[in-house]
Amino acid sequence: MTSNSFAYNEHSGGGEATELGQEATSTISPSGAFGLFSSDLKKNEDLKQMLESNKDSAKLDAMKRIVGMIAKGKNASELFPAVVKNVASKNIEIKKLVYVYLVRYAEEQQDLALLSISTFQRALKDPNQLIRASALRVLSSIRVPIIVPIMMLAIKEASADLSPYVRKNAAHAIQKLYSLDPEQKEMLIEVIEKLLKDKSTLVAGSVVMAFEEVCPDRIDLIHKNYRKLCNLLVDVEEWGQVVIIHMLTRYARTQFVSPWKEDDGLEDHEKNFYESDEEKTDRKKRTYAMDPDHRLLIRNTKPLLQSRNAAVVMAVAQLYWHIAPKSEAGIISKSLVRLLRSNREVQYIVLQNIATMSIQRKGMFEPYLKSFYVRSTDPTMIKTLKLEILTNLANEANISTLLREFQTYVKSQDKQFAAATIQTIGRCATNILEVTDTCLNGLVCLLSNKDEIVVAESVVVIKKLLQMQPAQHGEIIKHMAKLLDSITVPVARASILWLIGENCERVPKIAPDVLRKMAKSFTTEDDLVKLQILNLGAKLYLTNSKQTKLLTQYILNLGKYDQNYDIRDRTRFIRQLIVPNEKSGALSKYAKKIFLAQKPAPVLESPFKDRDHFQLGTLSHILNTKANGYLELSDWPEVAPDPSVRNVEVIELAKERTPSGKAKKENPPKKFYSESEEEEDSSDSSSDSESESGSESGEQDEEGDSSGDSSEDSSSGSGSGSGSESAVNKRTAKRSSKTKEKGDSDDEEKENEKSETSESSSAESSSIEDSSSESESGSESESKSRKVTKEKEKNTKQDRNPVTKGVSLLDLDDFNPVPTPVVRPTTALSPSLIADLEGLNLSTSSSVISVSTPVFVPGKTHMLLHRMSGKGLAAHYLFSRQPCIFGSKMVSVQITLNNTTDRKIENIHIGEKKLPIGMEMHVFNPIESLEPEGSITVSVGIDFCDSTQTASFQLCTKDDCFSVNIQPPVGELLLPVTMSEKDFKKEQACLSALHLLSKPR
Amino acid sequence: MIHSLFLINSSGDIFLEKHWKSVVSRSVCDYFFEAQERATEAENVPPVIPTPHHYLLSVYRHKIFFVAVIQTEVPPLFVIEFLHRVVDTFQDYFGVCSEPVIKDNVVVVYEVLEEMLDNGFPLATESNILKELIKPPTILRTVVNTITGSTNVGDQLPTGQLSVVPWRRTGVKYTNNEAYFDVIEEIDAIIDKSGSTITAEIQGVIDACVKLTGMPDLTLSFMRWESERILSFIPPDGNFRLLSYHVSAQNLVAIPVYVKHSISFRDSSSLGRFEITVGPKQTMGKTIEGVIVTSQMPKGVLNMSLTPSQGTHTFDPVTKMLSWDVGKINPQKLPSLKGTMSLQAGASKPDENPTINLQFKIQQLAISGLKVNRLDMYGEKYKPFKGIKYMTKAGKFQVRT
Repeated sequence: MTSNSFAYNEHSGGGEATELGQEATSTISPSGAFGLFSSDLKKNEDLKQMLESNKDSAKLDAMKRIVGMIAKGKNASELFPAVVKNVASKNIEIKKLVYVYLVRYAEEQQDLALLSISTFQRALKDPNQLIRASALRVLSSIRVPIIVPIMMLAIKEASADLSPYVRKNAAHAIQKLYSLDPEQKEMLIEVIEKLLKDKSTLVAGSVVMAFEEVCPDRIDLIHKNYRKLCNLLVDVEEWGQVVIIHMLTRYARTQFVSPWKEDDGLEDHEKNFYESDEEKTDRKKRTYAMDPDHRLLIRNTKPLLQSRNAAVVMAVAQLYWHIAPKSEAGIISKSLVRLLRSNREVQYIVLQNIATMSIQRKGMFEPYLKSFYVRSTDPTMIKTLKLEILTNLANEANISTLLREFQTYVKSQDKQFAAATIQTIGRCATNILEVTDTCLNGLVCLLSNKDEIVVAESVVVIKKLLQMQPAQHGEIIKHMAKLLDSITVPVARASILWLIGENCERVPKIAPDVLRKMAKSFTTEDDLVKLQILNLGAKLYLTNSKQTKLLTQYILNLGKYDQNYDIRDRTRFIRQLIVPNEKSGALSKYAKKIFLAQKPAPVLESPFKDRDHFQLGTLSHILNTKANGYLELSDWPEVAPDPSVRNVEVIELAKERTPSGKAKKENPPKKFYSESEEEEDSSDSSSDSESESGSESGEQDEEGDSSGDSSEDSSSGSGSGSGSESAVNKRTAKRSSKTKEKGDSDDEEKENEKSETSESSSAESSSIEDSSSESESGSESESKSRKVTKEKEKNTKQDRNPVTKGVSLLDLDDFNPVPTPVVRPTTALSPSLIADLEGLNLSTSSSVISVSTPVFVPGKTHMLLHRMSGKGLAAHYLFSRQPCIFGSKMVSVQITLNNTTDRKIENIHIGEKKLPIGMEMHVFNPIESLEPEGSITVSVGIDFCDSTQTASFQLCTKDDCFSVNIQPPVGELLLPVTMSEKDFKKEQACLSALHLLSKPR
Repeated sequence: MIHSLFLINSSGDIFLEKHWKSVVSRSVCDYFFEAQERATEAENVPPVIPTPHHYLLSVYRHKIFFVAVIQTEVPPLFVIEFLHRVVDTFQDYFGVCSEPVIKDNVVVVYEVLEEMLDNGFPLATESNILKELIKPPTILRTVVNTITGSTNVGDQLPTGQLSVVPWRRTGVKYTNNEAYFDVIEEIDAIIDKSGSTITAEIQGVIDACVKLTGMPDLTLSFMRWESERILSFIPPDGNFRLLSYHVSAQNLVAIPVYVKHSISFRDSSSLGRFEITVGPKQTMGKTIEGVIVTSQMPKGVLNMSLTPSQGTHTFDPVTKMLSWDVGKINPQKLPSLKGTMSLQAGASKPDENPTINLQFKIQQLAISGLKVNRLDMYGEKYKPFKGIKYMTKAGKFQVRT
């Protein structure tokens, strides 16, 4: 049904339009009848007519007015039939506005809404991803239970869509469907599981959001994606980052052991005083080593502390607070303090979180004390929060500065704030004993303040302080007794009376007099004060009955007829207790003990004290009650659950750690970790590509073991890969997350090539030191030419090692579907292994493998020394891809030096070299002088030991020395060779033998 | 996440509502109004208000409350930050964000809100992307649209949404390629009675207006900047904030002005004396301009009779706000404001002296010493026109008296 069919109706009156409306809805709902009773019947008729016109502009106008009505909250539901007809409009703005309308009213007009479904179903197949996505968006927003199966189907399809944008929308739709029909949970979890594997940064945040909403307890779904999420994190959009970080915080608390034991050492130490120190540290070392995955999360979230989005900063801050070693959590304070410059609402939330933090770990915020100083222009709620934090941070060292600051606050025109300051002073006085007296004196001075609120608050605080210090404070009490004449605030009066009652024996002359005065004014007092008058009377009756007996009885009589039943009740109780009569029980004997017992002083503590059991940064923390859907942060497990669950399928794992291949699976995690430590060290100094090289050996093993997985994976990851390349595809997609600058996985081919290159390089570097000229990875001979051209884009280049002995490793699994037992030696070769390898004579292969000349030498230069930092001397380097003349193992590097100053630079030479062990460098001859604007190219040779370790050295001139680094991309370490497929197979065969040989090691 | 959004004006009318999930009745806002009443002042309305079934998170900007309704646990900053982003987007679209403007553009507002959230979760919040999806209204476009019947809604998926550089659209073309940078520093300080600095911080931002063709890769080199002194980035198209920074070390912060003040109330008399003088200090030879002095006088002050040596002053006897627009400071002839205050007869003297808030501007100076040395562009061939401007302003600058 389209609007066109009603076009003839245009000229006819409003009555007919109503009819049509009824016709459209005749069987369903009497929306036309509705209209008759609506007060603005005319107006809506007018709209209906416009909607049924065949002019888009009229329709658009009508839709705009309808949206205006919706925005104002007016009911526009009776227009549903007229609007829904336009859902298939060609005009995109009309369509969008109809969508807006549909989403708003479909729930109320379920049957009519079904009319629009087919349009969406059609749009779901549209070639334009924008249209697919928006169709899914609206379809899933129509909360009509009947279409649940359609939605489910649409979500499933969209989750496999090629466009990550559509997949993102699918993730959103999951939550919508779940809230519409929780029965679908199991099916939806399957989709979530699939989308969690998605490598697109666009999808990550949304799917984790769906996970949190639908199945936050299915932590097992995260394992395999944990590292990927950690690595993707920086590239995910800001809102997704917040959600992911919160989820990973919870995850970390269930999967890793506490890193805090070490930090708590000091306290532990005191407790275990008798234990010898050595034993202690010994044990600690043995018991705690941070899981590399735990470290990965902490490390990868750190840069996000600089986010412009306050929510992201807060999310990272709470992550550090909850899972980082205490010694490292300090870095968050600076970022949080930075947020205080933001809007009032952001300040409010951040300050609350800081308040909770500052109770537990004072030291974190102490350096920023002054950032919490109050400005007279701050809103009161911000002021009180700042005050709270200042109180928490107060210590012996800074209290005098703080008290001076507080003095200013007490005088503030904002009396509510002044009162809060007085409370604060009281708390400081109780917490820091050195200043108790000073504070007390200060507060007593405030008793003569003109503002009643200030005086009242002071009285209350002094009462608390005096209660803590039962020493002689007769003078203060006398002073306060005088105040009773002037002060009217009930709490303050009650406090004074209570104080006099408690100390009635210390001020024997005053107390009865006070009681006398109070008896006079009893009837006009506040209930709070009345209760205290009764108490005072009772206490005096017990200690000084001679003078006060009659007074007390008078007061008790007044109380007996008071309007408030609490007071009547109290009166009866006191009378029974203190006035001896025949009915009084055994208790009255103890009346004095009951009334004048030593009462414990109130503990003045922060209202934020009990908030720390809520995860910071959450709504529940702000409210200090559990909000709906709050997910508890679990305690650290005593023993970490099996960390290998995160290994199973994911490659990033290998990036981070050892490429120990098979061993990883066969051996329990213990070994795995010991190796990973080494790997981590080396990867620190190495580049991305290094870790890539590591990554794929891990994967290889996984290919072998789980070909099922991999095929599934590759299908979701990419569409391009041919069968035999599934491994490569997979690797590609995964790696794309790592090399963010290279773009998303869209560019499959490029990535393929890249991974191949890196793979071969790793192979080479990891296996044979004197790598063969013939080797070259060339996993697919037919793709070789393509590879070379592709390399242009990446400016990678193969190393040139004209030694013809040995072989390089190949990615066997690209060819062998049969799992081959492969053990990769670690990237950094041990000399003994090299010796072993050299012992193998593989010369047969040398005849058929020849070194090819580089097809392409990229012109791209790398910055060695920027002219800014080099005082005018600039240096660039370039891998020339030529055999190095200085040594066969060396890579030739061309360095171009430029003089950008206006004077000569003399004696340019290479100074001190800081090369990793095993690396060598052949330097260029010193250059005597370089003219202004002059440039000179020299070449050096560096033996990188087939690793991507950085060569650091100093570039010196006559006057200065500049430290510079050269780090080769993996590709530049390779040697290009040509070989036939047959030779290749042969090499490959040799290789597996080699591996078998090396395995016992 | 975010269920619904209500826009409430200062007189407590809900003038716009938008729901992303099932409709939440606007009666939920009653809890908000209650809190508003309790708070007396708008800025004291708590940003988080729990109600039996919902939570109300709000931000207050441009005299409008943006109240988000949520039902389940969510990081509150997430919502608050998002609401601020909404306000920023409106401002970006319409120039100002006010009730009449929102009402006039309700359809665009609705379309934008629709794109910003999906099921309550942020979908597109980058203004670059939004502007491609929904074009901001301009007078010209409104005219064209009425004539041609074209719309404000883009029919293309913003290219940025999927690109590696989501913040920049592709295929940008300009005939004049230009890049302008404004380094703006604000000094936040509290100066005590005696003129010594209690706290001082610099909040700096670099705002940029970059209109460059293609996909330029820019490098800013600084005189003083961390250790590397270089910042490399691909800019979004148009206006954006490149970075913000914070100099908190107090001894690094130069205070460019001083205020001499003598404000005294006497117990006996109903007259008080008032005198302030503003003068330059550590300005690196630059002129201080746009000086405005404001002060909230104590309640007891009935009126003030003052004479400024320059500029104009006003005193509002209702709000007790004194405001003195000084203008430029001439170091030879320091501006001063002198006179008397009449106090409520019989009332005791106010126990607090007012705080003086200061605003000022110094052109061509970044008080922290940050300096951009040069701007290099890679990735594109043409030569852009480059410009840089410095400015130091007072942020939250208070002098206690």
